[in-house]
Amino acid sequence: MNLTRRHMLLLLPAAAIAWKYVLAGTPEASPNYTMSQHWWGMLIDLPKCIGCGNCVRACQAENDVPDGYFRTWVERYHVSDYDIENPHVDSPDGGKKGFPLSKEEGGKNFFVPKLCNHCADSPCTQVCPVGATFISPDGVVLVDKTYCLGCRYCVQACPYGCRFIHPKTMTAEKCTLCYHRITKGLTTACCEACPTGARQLADLKNPNDPIHEFLKAHSVQVLKPYMATHSKVFYNELDGSVR
Amino acid sequence: MPGVEGFMYPNEVELQWSVLIVLYPFLTGLVAGAFILASLERVFHVEAVKPTYRLALLTALAFLLVAPLPLQLHLGHPERSYEMYLTPHRTSAMAMFGFVYLWYLMAVLLLEIWLDYRRDIVLLSQSATGWKRLIYRLMTLGSSNIRERALAIDERIGWLITLIGIPSAFLLHGYVGFIFGSVKANPWWSSPLMPVVFIFSAMVSGIAAVMLLYMLLTWLRKETIDMRCVDTVASYLFYTFIIDFSLEMLDLIHRIYEADESFRSLDFMVHTKLYMSHIVVQILLGTVTPILLLALTQVLRLGEMARKRIYAVAGCLTLIGIFAMRWNVVIGGQLFSKSFLGYTTYKMGLVTREGLLVAIVLTVLPLIILWVLVKLLPPWPEKSSGSLPDAAPVH
Repeated sequence: MNLTRRHMLLLLPAAAIAWKYVLAGTPEASPNYTMSQHWWGMLIDLPKCIGCGNCVRACQAENDVPDGYFRTWVERYHVSDYDIENPHVDSPDGGKKGFPLSKEEGGKNFFVPKLCNHCADSPCTQVCPVGATFISPDGVVLVDKTYCLGCRYCVQACPYGCRFIHPKTMTAEKCTLCYHRITKGLTTACCEACPTGARQLADLKNPNDPIHEFLKAHSVQVLKPYMATHSKVFYNELDGSVR
Repeated sequence: MPGVEGFMYPNEVELQWSVLIVLYPFLTGLVAGAFILASLERVFHVEAVKPTYRLALLTALAFLLVAPLPLQLHLGHPERSYEMYLTPHRTSAMAMFGFVYLWYLMAVLLLEIWLDYRRDIVLLSQSATGWKRLIYRLMTLGSSNIRERALAIDERIGWLITLIGIPSAFLLHGYVGFIFGSVKANPWWSSPLMPVVFIFSAMVSGIAAVMLLYMLLTWLRKETIDMRCVDTVASYLFYTFIIDFSLEMLDLIHRIYEADESFRSLDFMVHTKLYMSHIVVQILLGTVTPILLLALTQVLRLGEMARKRIYAVAGCLTLIGIFAMRWNVVIGGQLFSKSFLGYTTYKMGLVTREGLLVAIVLTVLPLIILWVLVKLLPPWPEKSSGSLPDAAPVH
């Protein structure tokens, strides 16, 4: 076929438009990483959490999270002996600076770190009108910032309050499970900063990952199981009062 | 934290959907309702409502043209909204909006209005002068055949389009209801009744709006209001309103009786932050009062002036009530925490991108568009418009 000037005039603008999408679909280089070999999740060993806020600070520093918004945060629960269905919960500044002394007496106190649950059937992915939110083949729910409209439907659809709109980019933001780190063989910033090992990155496809032994031997639960989102953040000894 | 009571997840404190998203279902509802009223004459041959037929179509068009604007203004990246057409995500209820909207605008409303007005447009393109002549000539789309046979074909196609238009109108607004009703994370929204309630409330608001506009425009033109027409429209408003109210009460009673885990939180919200807008404005002022007023006109033999006044008051209250209903759905659904342990506050900006001023402009804009449309395509016989030669409407 002979390429005429007319053909070129037609093809060049089309190629220019297509190039944007070619570039947008190019993932950050990580030569030794094969997505299909992983299925990421996280284990939160609640009895080990001391509410120090290291994870929140590490996440903010690693991912440049703006003040007042949270990819991860820590809640403190106080459950009285007589009203377990109505706990008192606080999370001053997402627990970033730790917690002041509790004024509550009696009952029990414990900390619950929260983050995106990287649900296998995530409602946020389902509702995104353009598919800017997607589940990667290795099980991480991600947002394509170059594609997101900022319609906020995903923020409404998340049952766990894990999403927000970044005030500068005006696109949806959330925990990426430090995708830029885990694809290079590192752990997440929050797991690395946790002084007690309460947060552990888990690869459910790796038969040698300690998560398998842990899940066998402990009473583990996910948040709001009735939402049937197939959450992949597992909580050890999760109290029934946690929302 | 200011404006927060109890515990909110930290990212929940800021409301995501503002007054503009309240306007969106309100405007779309008026479109769907006005169209369904128009279809009464065209498909179901309710001759009494004929004087409102064309006005209803133009009202639907005016509001439909503005309906996507609040969405567009609300987006973080409005310049990317075309992506919904290019790469729609098939599992997203919102992704279909662009297609449902375009279908309704292009395939139903514009086509039906064009076919209905084609004879008038051709005649006006011959009689008008100056720039108006040019506009009318453009509007003929090159088709100037107004022989009887051609008009008969127009009539038949128009009827068919209206027939397709009725389920389309239901789709347009039922789908808006589904956007909210399908959010399982939010118990205030998540309900299979939501699309049905949205459709009936849309019919209520559209019928009330066209009734008010008809009365207002006729009064402004110093013509006589066709009481048989207004009485019929009002009776449709009354019966639709009863269905709408029954559905909403069914939803409410179901929630109260079931009293699931979200009930205490939602109940508290309705009795505190939403008390004024939900109980007082939506239910008492905007629903029960107009239903009682309309019931009076059904039961008692009232004089013409009394009926007119009642219809005017009931129509206005109805629109206020339906707007409050949209407000309570959209804003109310974001005031409580998904942890059911706390509440936040909505602070509406005044001159911000999603503030009160923009909302007022977007509410007035369809009325300005309607005014232009009415000037261009008079919805009433020529004797009062004065510009149409030999142009009794053909239908």
